[in-house]
Amino acid sequence: MKKYAALILLLWLVAVVGGRLLQLNPDFINLNAILQSPNAQYWLGADDLGRSVGARLLAGVEVSLLVALIVTIVTMTVGIAIGVLAGFYGGKIDQALMQLTDVFLAFPGILLAIAFAAILGPGINNLIIALSITGWVSYARLTRGQVLSLRYRQHVVAAESLGANVPRLIMQHILPLLISILIVEATYSIASVMIAEASLSFLGLGIQAPHASWGGMLRDAVRYMLIAPHYVLIVGTSLMSLILAVNLLGDYLRDRMDVRIEA
Amino acid sequence: MVKQFANFVIVVFGVLLLTFLLVHMVPGDPVEVMLGESAAPADRESLRAELGLSQPLYQQFGSYLSKLSQGDLGKSIHTQTPIIELIKQRYPATLKLTFLALIIGLLIGVPVGIYAALKNNQWQDWMVMLVSVRLSSMPAFWLGPMLMLVFAVWLGWFPVSGMESPTSIILPAVTLGIGLSAILSRMTRTSLLEVLHDDYIRTARAKGVSEYRVIIRHALRAALLPIITIVGLQMGSLLAGAVITETIFSWDGIGRLLVESIEKRDYPVTQACVLIIALSYVLVNRATDIAYRLADPRVRFAA
Repeated sequence: MKKYAALILLLWLVAVVGGRLLQLNPDFINLNAILQSPNAQYWLGADDLGRSVGARLLAGVEVSLLVALIVTIVTMTVGIAIGVLAGFYGGKIDQALMQLTDVFLAFPGILLAIAFAAILGPGINNLIIALSITGWVSYARLTRGQVLSLRYRQHVVAAESLGANVPRLIMQHILPLLISILIVEATYSIASVMIAEASLSFLGLGIQAPHASWGGMLRDAVRYMLIAPHYVLIVGTSLMSLILAVNLLGDYLRDRMDVRIEA
Repeated sequence: MVKQFANFVIVVFGVLLLTFLLVHMVPGDPVEVMLGESAAPADRESLRAELGLSQPLYQQFGSYLSKLSQGDLGKSIHTQTPIIELIKQRYPATLKLTFLALIIGLLIGVPVGIYAALKNNQWQDWMVMLVSVRLSSMPAFWLGPMLMLVFAVWLGWFPVSGMESPTSIILPAVTLGIGLSAILSRMTRTSLLEVLHDDYIRTARAKGVSEYRVIIRHALRAALLPIITIVGLQMGSLLAGAVITETIFSWDGIGRLLVESIEKRDYPVTQACVLIIALSYVLVNRATDIAYRLADPRVRFAA
């Protein structure tokens, strides 16, 4: 199972690099090819403007992974910082910060991201901002819980009584123990950010035409479902393979690093 | 209990504050964004006055809260209809959809979970869990079009979208409910497996109670509590999932109202929809928590 995950991810990587090397043009319009089903020239068919679906999928996966990486790095940094602050100091600070995460968690699913993206307006930068503002909460919760349980472990108390200052305690004695659990969380979060990005683009709030994005392509494909069912099938299958692969990778890392994450 | 209530109040206040601030996060002049650059100056001034944008922020928030307490959510910029009327029109459709999704989730999830628990560690169990884990990670905007393609376009069993026909609700409800059924089947399996090893189950079997009765009357009853909790907690997530599902299937609920209002830059409507969905979610979660406490004597007396 894990091998398949690696294989799928590798295939996507090769495809994206290959597409770059072959200089596939995702924006080239061929009005004779509109909604063509897969053929020798367009391996995965053509979309409603006669653009190559294959080339657009590759361009889309590039943007999607890029957005997911940036958002994950930003939300991880912010979330860990807030989580450490709350878990290490406890008391009033902890209470206030956890109250804040409660408010963010009161918005189900990607509702808050939808709201922010709607208010900020469409576009890739605003998309990243909207997903970052709403994505840090899970890291903050996770880190806080872990730091809370590590704060008074013997090695931390020992280092403290030997005169280690707070940054040293956190950087040298607490965070290293969190790394594996955070890596696993980050892998899953890449999959969920990709889904969130595609959802927003699907609603027309994310990446805008003419730029390729999987959510946008899926929306167009639904529109032409009756006359070109292959379009929705190809985009849908691709999307599924990538999300499954990233999730499988997360499972693999979780088992490998033997971390337990509570649901 | 008091502490939890205080926390609940703070969260509701936070939700109100955050949704209030939404309109103020519009880059540039919100009035200009909403009406467009070609709007007449008089229209702009009247909208600005109506939204009270020239007052200090805390005063605006105060009047927002006091209007809200009277059920006044403002007016739609485009149609001038009071937003509360729009919500009243659209909310029942969303509720209908969510309830049906919930029932579908239960009807699929619980039996499948029981089956997997009975076939524990056999290939059937392994298959069911594999499918349900993977299915629950698939987003609605993928599942919806796929179901639509197979059951509406190819097989022609259901209408593609809209809400005219009585069968229109099936596909969106299944889209919403399948994710829930995956979660429920895992939950049912785990909690059944936990109780199946308990002494009282062994006693029941030793007494010669039929296996069917052991599962349904003895084991499932004890395993029901976590299932109910999950249903309650997922109910709110269904409301959020409805935003995408309703858009795919052109189902005129509050989720579609939200997306439409975003497209028209009708921010007061956007704000109201976000608020209503979030408040519903918070309230359902709260109610689930209370129901759980009342239902389980172990939790009730421990508190």
